[in-house]
Amino acid sequence: MELNDFIKKFAEQFEETAPEEIQASTEFKSLEEWSSLTSLSILAMVDDEYDVALKGDDIKNAVTVEDLFNKVASKA
Amino acid sequence: MSTCYNPFTLEGKTILVTGASSGIGRQIAIDCSKMGANLIISGRDEIRLNETLSNLAGEGHVALTADLSDMSQIENLVSQIAGIDGAVLSAGRGLTRPVQFSSPDKMNEVFQINFFSTAELIRLLYKSKKAKKNASIVIIDSIAGITDVSPGTSVYGATKAALNSFSKYCALEFAVRKIRVNCICPGMIETPLIHRGTLTEEQLQEDAKRYPCGRYGRPEDVSNGAIYLLSDASSWVTGTSLFIDGGISI
Repeated sequence: MELNDFIKKFAEQFEETAPEEIQASTEFKSLEEWSSLTSLSILAMVDDEYDVALKGDDIKNAVTVEDLFNKVASKA
Repeated sequence: MSTCYNPFTLEGKTILVTGASSGIGRQIAIDCSKMGANLIISGRDEIRLNETLSNLAGEGHVALTADLSDMSQIENLVSQIAGIDGAVLSAGRGLTRPVQFSSPDKMNEVFQINFFSTAELIRLLYKSKKAKKNASIVIIDSIAGITDVSPGTSVYGATKAALNSFSKYCALEFAVRKIRVNCICPGMIETPLIHRGTLTEEQLQEDAKRYPCGRYGRPEDVSNGAIYLLSDASSWVTGTSLFIDGGISI
């Protein structure tokens, strides 16, 4: 799996946040739009696209988008 | 003891409990045995099912391992039962997934066990007349899809709403044999099903604060309701939904 591709799919889960605002270093839980529904969408996207079952704790423990990418990569 | 007034006794009743290898189903099986019932318990996991069996009070209970997502195993289960005075249908699973990710394969998995298997078991119990006259059928439903619509629970909620609807038709049609069919609609209950990791423990604790009674439910909160609906105390109660939800539906 590839970081830029992950970032693109990650950014697709947002409605109001422009894709360019989401980078590897983005602290995604600080985004104004972040919600429990966004979190569930990220979990489902990762399951569908990478066949990785993330836990709620994986989202909680990740600060940046790249942190989450690394978590997914470690489980893939 | 014999003079103690107890309208909720299950003495002399044979009761089938599905999903008895864990959670709500396990607690219901244990508590029904304490109320004097003879249990037939069913679950997928033989080891955990036998754990439940070893926790039942009294003698003569039976454990039948079956994966109810497989229709032929439902038929096989029914064929092994002589006759029942009550059934608690507790086999089910959860799914937390937004609508846009709820593809047919994901939907089928949950509908299969939560709705189709439960409906088929009820159908066969009735058609085969294994569910005796005056039997009570209790469906473990949910507030989800009925009074509670939360993000990510569309498929689970839809299976539970379908069960709620189906139960009323069963109640109506089965009344000719004096068989009662009721639902219990629990709120969030402390079981392995809610601790599967999709939500963090912090999120669950935060969610529990929404409940007027100040906590999530316990399996025994549900089993006490099941005992009532299985007992002759509820013999004029059919086609209803008993909400056991700490007041969250208010």
